[in-house]
Amino acid sequence: MTDASMPTPETGRHSVSLTAPDARTRKRAQAEKRFRAYGIIAIATGLFFLVVLFTSILSEGIPAFKRTVVSVEFILTQQDREEAESELFKTKAYSNLFVTALKTELDERGLNVDINEDAIERLLGKVGGTIRTFYSENPDKLGQPVRFDLAASSRVDGYYKGRVTREAMQDSRFLQKSDLDLVDAMEKAGIIKQAFNWPFITGADSGVDNPGGAGIGASVVGSFFMMLVVLALSLPIGVAASIYLEEFAPQNRFTDLIEVNISNLAAVPSIVFGILGLAVFIQFMHLPQSAPLVGGLVLTLMTLPTIIISTRASLKAVPPSIRDAALGVGASKMQAVFHHVLPLAAPGILTGTIIGLAQALGETAPLLLIGMVGFVARGYPDGFVAGFTEANSAMPAQIYTWASRADVAFYEKAWGGIIILLMFLLTMNIIAIILRRRFERRW
Amino acid sequence: MPIVWLFLIVMAIAAIGYVLGRSRALQSAGGDSRDLHSLPVFYGANVALKAVVPAFGLLIIWLLAQPLYVSSQVSQTIPDSVIKEGSSRSLVMAEVRRTAFGLDNAVAQGDITEELARNARADVADMTQRLKDAGQVVTSNITQPVLMAAQSYRILNSTGYFIMSIVVIAAALLGAAFSWRQTHSEYRARNVVEQGIRVLLLAAASIAILTTVGIVLSLVFNTWEFFKLYPATDFFFGLTWSPSFSGRGGSSALGVLPLLWGTLYISIVALLVAVPIGLFAAIYLSEYASPRVRAFAKPLLEVLAGIPTIVYGLFALLTVGPLLLGIFGDGGLGWMKAGTAVMTAGLVMGIMLIPFVSSLSDDIINAVPQAMRDGSYGLGATQSETIRQVVLPAALPGIVGAILLAASRAIGETMIVVLGAGAAARLSLNPFEAMTTVTAKIVSQLTGDADFASPEALVAFALGMTLFIITLGLNVFALYIVRKYREQYE
Amino acid sequence: MNDMTRVERQVDTNKIKLECRDCQVHYGETHAIKDVNVDIEDKTVTAFIGPSGCGKSTFLRCLNRMNDTIDIARVKGSFKLDGEDIYDKRVDPVQLRAKVGMVFQKPNPFPKSIYDNVAYGPRIHGLAKNKADLDDIVEKSLRRGAIWDEVKDRLDAPGTGLSGGQQQRLCIARAVATEPEVLLMDEPCSALDPIATAQVEELIDELREQYSVVIVTHSMQQAARVSQKTAFFHLGSLVEFGETGQIFTNPVDPRTESYITGRIG
Repeated sequence: MTDASMPTPETGRHSVSLTAPDARTRKRAQAEKRFRAYGIIAIATGLFFLVVLFTSILSEGIPAFKRTVVSVEFILTQQDREEAESELFKTKAYSNLFVTALKTELDERGLNVDINEDAIERLLGKVGGTIRTFYSENPDKLGQPVRFDLAASSRVDGYYKGRVTREAMQDSRFLQKSDLDLVDAMEKAGIIKQAFNWPFITGADSGVDNPGGAGIGASVVGSFFMMLVVLALSLPIGVAASIYLEEFAPQNRFTDLIEVNISNLAAVPSIVFGILGLAVFIQFMHLPQSAPLVGGLVLTLMTLPTIIISTRASLKAVPPSIRDAALGVGASKMQAVFHHVLPLAAPGILTGTIIGLAQALGETAPLLLIGMVGFVARGYPDGFVAGFTEANSAMPAQIYTWASRADVAFYEKAWGGIIILLMFLLTMNIIAIILRRRFERRW
Repeated sequence: MPIVWLFLIVMAIAAIGYVLGRSRALQSAGGDSRDLHSLPVFYGANVALKAVVPAFGLLIIWLLAQPLYVSSQVSQTIPDSVIKEGSSRSLVMAEVRRTAFGLDNAVAQGDITEELARNARADVADMTQRLKDAGQVVTSNITQPVLMAAQSYRILNSTGYFIMSIVVIAAALLGAAFSWRQTHSEYRARNVVEQGIRVLLLAAASIAILTTVGIVLSLVFNTWEFFKLYPATDFFFGLTWSPSFSGRGGSSALGVLPLLWGTLYISIVALLVAVPIGLFAAIYLSEYASPRVRAFAKPLLEVLAGIPTIVYGLFALLTVGPLLLGIFGDGGLGWMKAGTAVMTAGLVMGIMLIPFVSSLSDDIINAVPQAMRDGSYGLGATQSETIRQVVLPAALPGIVGAILLAASRAIGETMIVVLGAGAAARLSLNPFEAMTTVTAKIVSQLTGDADFASPEALVAFALGMTLFIITLGLNVFALYIVRKYREQYE
Repeated sequence: MNDMTRVERQVDTNKIKLECRDCQVHYGETHAIKDVNVDIEDKTVTAFIGPSGCGKSTFLRCLNRMNDTIDIARVKGSFKLDGEDIYDKRVDPVQLRAKVGMVFQKPNPFPKSIYDNVAYGPRIHGLAKNKADLDDIVEKSLRRGAIWDEVKDRLDAPGTGLSGGQQQRLCIARAVATEPEVLLMDEPCSALDPIATAQVEELIDELREQYSVVIVTHSMQQAARVSQKTAFFHLGSLVEFGETGQIFTNPVDPRTESYITGRIG
């Protein structure tokens, strides 16, 4: 035990104590630590990017869910109405009534500001028209106090959210510096306030000039109809193809060809599917442009390989003993597959399908080519069938449209749209995870 | 929507056939299903299948063939004199189709009566005005031959659809009647039905082939059209990309090289970001991380892969671009002119590819047998020596395959470059300059106002073809490498 | 369980290289090794025998801390190599494994050339001063691994292209190249055919001249052929440890006898 340095005749190394590492070992230990640090740095960098991405989505997007409204209480008598209707410029008359009401309200609070009608139009848009429409639709409200929540223009909204500053802004036909005094006064009076932006969620796109009124609702509906098409086509076709390949396909050239095709299609850039859709569905078959039906067809072709690959994996996971058992009691191969294998594989198939759908929901590039961006989706489709065939937008296409518009105010909408899109994706993925957890079977 | 009705009618015939077939089988067995060859449902399904399958097959073929037939018929009626200098027959046909479509819409809205729309002697100017009033997009001056062609186009189409409806319904009825007569207790319904279902399954599987054929045909056909209008050598070897905006050809320079360079440059930047980070993350996760860290970090990294590319595009345009501009722009180092640049798009694309590289590499590193590692540890190698000198060399082919797959993703990526890379095509080495890519130009050429028959639009198909061939080649090669690698350790 | 102390006799003059006391190994919930005490002597072949799953391989892997690479394994007890505790916090397992080399059940050459396989250890430990020195080490090791004549013309060929027996001898040569003091062999012949097995056994006998060799084997004949000392493990305990001749001809413990005569295992 004493001679720690065993004489090992031919060795070129001096045997040293284990507890006192030599210089080389220390160096190697250092290298080991460095290498490990690279790994940690890599993961930290990846996670850092994730955090930055989500922070910018949330910080830029959440303001889209708030809007600035001017809330004025208003009483219009039958007499007022008749007078206004008798004038030549009817909406102007209503507008004057509104200005008077606003002035009274500001005066009551001891705030003296000049209000001219042009300023009101810049701040709130065509107020008179809104009021007139309201009373012609609700004549029973005449003579009663009604509180109007009027959406402020996007510049005012931007001023409120800090996007537009008094110093940086220049007078334009959209907003002038003097108007901001009125805004400040209204803010002091508590007339102007922030409210949840329901019109953003339920509304439709508004056109290039009016970022304030843009909403994502119509494109959500467009996406919904598209997903219906994708689901209705890709689930049955994908399952049928997988059953064939996994259970019935003979080992031959044709089967190989199908397999090679599927694995390659899964990696074809999505824009190429867009070209296919444009050439086949629109140029050749003359299906309507920008229609969710066409979008759905293109996305179906794109999603099929994903669904086939995951479905085959879940069919493969069903042990052969189940098939043998069914065949053993005299079921045909077809019955064995449809009565036993398919139900056992169903949770896995559903999970794969939901994930495929989530992928399709966020896909943008093919939609650009089939005309879903040039189109401004101003309203909801007229009915169920029209939902498929009428031109509409889809969520990602709508986001792209907003992102490529000149007015900076649309960027906020685009970020807000992304939050909604991600919420849909999150929900779908959570459902998939729950399905997997709940029905996961270990053989 | 007549096709919806047709669909429903055929389905109804099938449903009735099912009930009738089932009851006829039972009847022939004297009401005792045990005397039947197959279960009663199979007899019903037999009738239903034979009603539906031929009818729908016919429907699909008809829908594909009719536009071809109608177009060629109408195209023949257009005299050569109508085709103006610098135009082509397909351009005129596009006008015809637009006019016919406009007429259809105007009739549907009730702005024009059906008789007027069909009236061959209708006044051209009056008709143009009426169409414009109805809010239909038509070119300023519909000529007499175009209007007549459009009218015959409409008539041929509607006659075609009418005949189609009759033929399809007849096919469904005939199929149902025929199989209903076949039905008796000895008939081997189950075998027939199963055979039929098998064929349907095969047809579903063949859709993958059809898709590929569709992609290849639509690319090849349109690329061919493009090369008829624009010389192929100029396309492949041209150094400038400047399409004219008129959409009528003539002054456009459509060289693909600046676009390929932009694509390549951005992809290289993306891989320079994604490969080191992804690879080291994979190494750490598979070799060092405790199960708890792994269970936490791996799914989080993979979230990056589940985010739609439009989000990354916006991130590039609105967050990363301005950020880089702040550092490298005029306020900082002065290398960068605008937020959209190779660097912006490449960086963001790299972030998107991190999970792609890391999860593929993770799988591949895990496939290296533990015995290799044990052998190395047994010799006194440290973990990092083992990874660098044993695990990575063993996994190298697979990792190369993974990187090639990532490269193919980068080359085919669209949204990030459309939003983040800029629109100017140039051959430059400065990564802070805006450049553009094949995919971005496909989008811009096909979403503009250019006519589909013009070289400015058709060039997109040639670009698509280039893109398809490059990515397909990379994928086939990468999958081959990965498969070889897997076989080595199986 | 400590009844093996009765049979432990100091008959050899060789000094004790590796001293193990009260060794315990837990795999998660399983108590895989219970109270094992063994002394491994220098320049001796020690064989560990026992039925499958008795813990002999697990115990072997404790001797150069290969169990460290398994997350759920916990090792307790005292293992002293030349009087130094190898589980001491200050010990770098890397340095330990350079002294206590290991050969595995399945031949596991690296996917590199034959030369690089053997040169791997000397390179990472910095044993060669220059290229000529390294060539020298490689040749010497391959000779010692009794494979030099078969591969000297194709040192650049991949090690994975050799036959199973050649691969295993290559792995032994690779282990020898780092100049270990103890060589652990985990069923080195189980994946080999009889001829290759005979070659490897012959090699082990030669290696005894310079190293202390510990071999795990499921074959009693092999243990009898190659070893001087034998330890019999059963259900995670060391049942009997002593001279190979004595264990096979005159076992003390009835369980050893049952195993040797083929009634258990």
